[in-house]
Amino acid sequence: MKILVLISNVPDTTTKVKFKDNEFDKTGVQWIINPWDELALTRALELKKAAAGKIEKVAVAMVAEKDGEPTIRKALAMGADEAIRVDTKPKDSYSVAAELAEALKDQDFDLILVGLESSDYNGLSVGAMLAELMGINSVSAVSGIDLDGDKLIVKREIDGGYEKLDVQMPFVAVVQKGIAIVPLIPNMRGIMQAKRKPINVVAAQNIEPLVEMVEYELPKPKPPVKLVETAEELINLLHIEAKVL
Amino acid sequence: MILAYIQNFNGKFKKASYEIASYASAVAKMAGTSVLGVVLGSVAEDDIKGLEKYGVEKLIHIENANLTPFDPKVYSHVIAQIAEKNDITGFVFTNNNEGRAIAPRIAARFKAGIVSAVTQLPDSLSPLTITKKVFTGKAFAKTVVKSDKFVLTLFQNSYGLVENPVSMSVESMDIDVPAPAIKVLEQNVDTSGKIPLTEAELVVSGGRGMKGPEYWGPLEEFASLIGAATACSRPVADEGWRPASEHVGQTGKIIAPTVYFALGISGAIQHLGGVSNSKYIVAINIDKDAPIFEAADYGIVGDVHKLLPQMIEAYKKMKAAEN
Ligand SMILES: Cc1cc2nc3c(=O)[nH]c(=O)nc-3n(C[C@H](O)[C@H](O)[C@H](O)COP(=O)(O)OP(=O)(O)OC[C@H]3O[C@@H](n4cnc5c(N)ncnc54)[C@H](O)[C@@H]3O)c2cc1C
Repeated sequence: MKILVLISNVPDTTTKVKFKDNEFDKTGVQWIINPWDELALTRALELKKAAAGKIEKVAVAMVAEKDGEPTIRKALAMGADEAIRVDTKPKDSYSVAAELAEALKDQDFDLILVGLESSDYNGLSVGAMLAELMGINSVSAVSGIDLDGDKLIVKREIDGGYEKLDVQMPFVAVVQKGIAIVPLIPNMRGIMQAKRKPINVVAAQNIEPLVEMVEYELPKPKPPVKLVETAEELINLLHIEAKVL
Repeated sequence: MILAYIQNFNGKFKKASYEIASYASAVAKMAGTSVLGVVLGSVAEDDIKGLEKYGVEKLIHIENANLTPFDPKVYSHVIAQIAEKNDITGFVFTNNNEGRAIAPRIAARFKAGIVSAVTQLPDSLSPLTITKKVFTGKAFAKTVVKSDKFVLTLFQNSYGLVENPVSMSVESMDIDVPAPAIKVLEQNVDTSGKIPLTEAELVVSGGRGMKGPEYWGPLEEFASLIGAATACSRPVADEGWRPASEHVGQTGKIIAPTVYFALGISGAIQHLGGVSNSKYIVAINIDKDAPIFEAADYGIVGDVHKLLPQMIEAYKKMKAAEN
């Protein structure tokens, strides 16, 4: 079985977000693997380790210009075997999914893992879009994946609970909370090995985005908190002023 | 027309179902067109009828054994066929597990630009321009869709119910419903009747300041008294004081209740990422400099263990005075 994990390169989640000339200001920003993707990769590597020989390889793919490579190296240091980089700036969910669909045309991954959302543009769409463009199955709200013999068992969150599924391969799984608990931290050996692992750079198709962000705004400062002294005042404010109790 | 995918929950509609109808109806009004509702699977007659109140003029209702279990590829194939036979300019879905599974597939199929987790109506429709949160709530982006068709997913509870009574025609359609490629091996659903966190209007949430699981009694009592769901911060779930399903924040559930009570929660940026869409945040914290007070609308600087019992009493007194 071959697993591919899609990763995106995002600013560290504690970054103070600023804009310059209507673009995200990258000055001084630390870049990381998108947290959900990092957990997805962690799970893929856990499965590979647990099921010796059943999983041939775990690859990662990213749509990014060359400046995304340090983040790809981090994924390789965590233990991914190889990487694909589609050489273009990610523009919107559609162009990213369409570039990936093209780059993966001749590949034979059985499972493609994608994090729920990227912490930058919060698009929530690449995974299921990619599945549609590739004409394959997809499952969303995936909170766990296990191997049972040669079969993958997918845990999906549903209204008020969860279910365990057998999904026909190949498929895309959009993963969320629960998929892995803590991200795998690369060790020294991993970091050294990562330097020699291949990153296959694929030329982009230059697919036009369908969505464009034209203007950014920081949230307006909200009015200061109204502090009161007693529980009674608080309940009354919520009842009379806010009308919510 | 604007196609609204109206999800049912085990054969019943919930607030989210009527909310998406309300939202679609407002978008349709802006576009000078009407709403085509799509319901897949069997749904109680009264629930279907209820859609009339929220502006659905035409409803396509498909029932077919292949619609269970939920397979996003099958559902998007069915919705796409319906869209192809009608003149659809925009699609709206609820931004929940099911909506998020289908909407991007529809967007890819029709090469329609998608804007996810929107919390308001578009600013304009030609071209579709809408503001959405980015960087997990740290900024807003004015987003323009350049394709002819658009897909929007609506953040649950952000628009609410808006009545717009119309008379509705219900039709079925001859449609190809392929067999699902998904088999359910096991299902586990909570039947306790508790309000699911993502749907709750009121949420009472506890953090590390609650001190330990043994102190949750008054929090639960207050929550059940006011009809709220309970939530918690990540360390509380990590410690096992509360079930993981209650964890809210960047790495947990993202919620938008009317009121979010943050009790003994410091208000870390990752925590706020999951609750900042709440209409009101009420904070109780012993530390007047806790960052939660910057996000809060109302608050008390004080000991939550002393204040919770007093809040219970005050609420009872307020209700008694009302009657
Ligand atoms: C990548 C990443 C993702 C994360 N994701 C999340 C997430 O999804 N959700 C989340 O919650 N956190 C998340 N965190 C953790 C987050 O940074 C904070 O550590 C966490 O939210 C703190 O939880 P807390 O407020 O319960 O605890 P603390 O920060 O310890 O705060 C406890 C508060 O209780 C107050 N207090 C103490 N005693 C009392 C009393 N008697 N009465 C009233 N107040 C009292 C204290 O003044 C303090 O403000 C994440 C962190 C990282 C790095």
